[in-house]
Amino acid sequence: MTAMIELADAEKTFTMHLQGGVELPVVRGVSFHVVAGECVVLSGPSGAGKSSILKMIFGNYRCDSGRIGIRHHGKVIDLATAEPRQVLSIRRSTIGYVSQFLRAVPRVATIDVVAEPLIVNGVAREEARERAGKLLRRLNIPERLWTLPPSTFSGGEQQRVNIARGFISDLPILLLDEPTASLDAANRAVVVELIAEKKTKGVAMVAIVHDDEIRHLIADRIVDVTSFAAAA
Amino acid sequence: MSELSSLDNDEPLLVAEGLAKNYGRLPACRDVSFALYPGEALAIVGESGSGKSTLLQLLSAQLAPSAGRVSYRMRDGVLRDLAELGEAERRFLFRTDWGFVHQDPAQGLRMGVSAGANVGERLMAVGWNHYGRIRDTASTWLDRVEIDVGRIDDAPKTYSGGMRQRLQIARNLVTEPRLVFMDEPTGGLDVSVQARLLDLMRNLVSELGLAAIVVTHDLAVARLLSHRVMVMKGGRVIETGLTDQVLDDPREPYTQLLVSSILPP
Repeated sequence: MTAMIELADAEKTFTMHLQGGVELPVVRGVSFHVVAGECVVLSGPSGAGKSSILKMIFGNYRCDSGRIGIRHHGKVIDLATAEPRQVLSIRRSTIGYVSQFLRAVPRVATIDVVAEPLIVNGVAREEARERAGKLLRRLNIPERLWTLPPSTFSGGEQQRVNIARGFISDLPILLLDEPTASLDAANRAVVVELIAEKKTKGVAMVAIVHDDEIRHLIADRIVDVTSFAAAA
Repeated sequence: MSELSSLDNDEPLLVAEGLAKNYGRLPACRDVSFALYPGEALAIVGESGSGKSTLLQLLSAQLAPSAGRVSYRMRDGVLRDLAELGEAERRFLFRTDWGFVHQDPAQGLRMGVSAGANVGERLMAVGWNHYGRIRDTASTWLDRVEIDVGRIDDAPKTYSGGMRQRLQIARNLVTEPRLVFMDEPTGGLDVSVQARLLDLMRNLVSELGLAAIVVTHDLAVARLLSHRVMVMKGGRVIETGLTDQVLDDPREPYTQLLVSSILPP
C-alpha cells in the first residue's frame, strides 16, 4: 500500500521571545505513516503533543526539522519545506481538518459553512447545499437552524456542524481532533459510521480521541505519542 | 471553476524585486521581494510607521521606488516593469485591471455625484456608452454590495460610513479587475459593520478569483481575508508565510508581540 502520509523525524519547538526566549520543545523524532483506508489514532496524555502533530500535518504549525510527506495529486510533497501556495493547494484538494472548535465567519448560514469545501472544489452551489443538508440531517441538526450562523449554537451543535464541514468533501486525507468530545451517544455513533464509510472509500485518517470505546471502534493502529516527547 | 483555475495558475501576476523607498535619509521601505499569484490574497500587516502604506503605494505605481522594481503581467501574458509602461497602459491598469479601495471612501468616491454615476463612471472610462446598460450594471453591483437599489440616485455624502465603503468596493469591482489593492478597508467602521464588510469582501474575492493586496493593522482582517501574510517592521518584511501559520505559530519576536497583543473578545 502506498503511504498517504509519511512523517520522518519531524520536530517542533516553540521559542517564546516574549518570555526571554524560553525554548519549549514540543515533539521530536516523530516518525509514522498512514496508508489509504486506514485510521491511525494518536494516544498519550494531554500536553504530549498530539494536537501539535496534527497541526504540523495540516501545515498550520511549522515543522523545524525532519519530513512530512503528503501524497498530493499523485506526487509526494514535503510539507516541512513546501511553498505556501503548495500548502493551500494541498488543503483544497488533499487534506481536510476537523478542528476541536468551529471557527466560522460571522453571518454565514450553517448550510453554507458546511457546503463551502465542495463549492471551493467546483461543485455547483445547489448540489453542494443538498449534500450539506443530508449530512446535517444525519448529524441531527434540525432543519430550522440551517439558515442561521452557527455562532449561536450549543457546543455540541457547533461541533457537529464542524464535523459535517470536515466530512462533506471527498478529500483523500482527514485529520480529526477530538471529533466526538462533546457529543451524546447517538451522535457519537453517527461519527463512528462516517469514519467507517471514509475508510471504505480509501481515505487515510489521523485522529485524536480520548474516549476508549470510540478509539477501539475506529482505530486500525495506535501510535503512542509519548515516545516522541521532547522533554528537555 | 474560476477560483480553482486561477489558484492553480503557475505564473505570477505581480513580482516585486528588491523594492526600497527613502524619504530623504529616512528609509521607509527596504529590500522587499515577493511574487503574487492570480487569485491569491496577501495581507501586509504591521504598526503605523512600519512602511506598509509606502509599500502599497510602490506596488500600485503611485510612488516611484528608490531602488528595485515591480513587474505586472498584462492581459497579453507578458510580465512588464511598471516603471516602463506607457501612459495608455498605465491608464488601463488604473481604470480597468486594478482596483484601489482607500480607507477613507471620500478618497475613492466622488461624494457629490450619485451612487449610480460613481459606479457607472468606471464603465464609461472603458468605453461603455449605453446609458441603460450602464444603469443596469450599476444596479446589479449596488445589490451585490447590499445597497438598496432605491438609493442609486443619491450621492454618497448622504450614505453611512459602511455604505460608502461598500459603494467604493462596487465602483472598483465593476470593471472586473484582476488585482485589488486595499488600504485598511475596515478602518474607522463599527465592529458590526466591519464583520458585514469583511464577509462581503471575502465572498467577492473568492467568487471573482481576484488577487488582492490588503494593508491592515488588524490581524483578524488578515486572518479572514488573506491566504498569505507579510509582517513589516521598520520598513522591512520580517516574517512571511501562510496566514494561519504566521498567526498561530509566529516565529519572530515582533510577530509574537503582535499576536499576543490581541484582546480576547
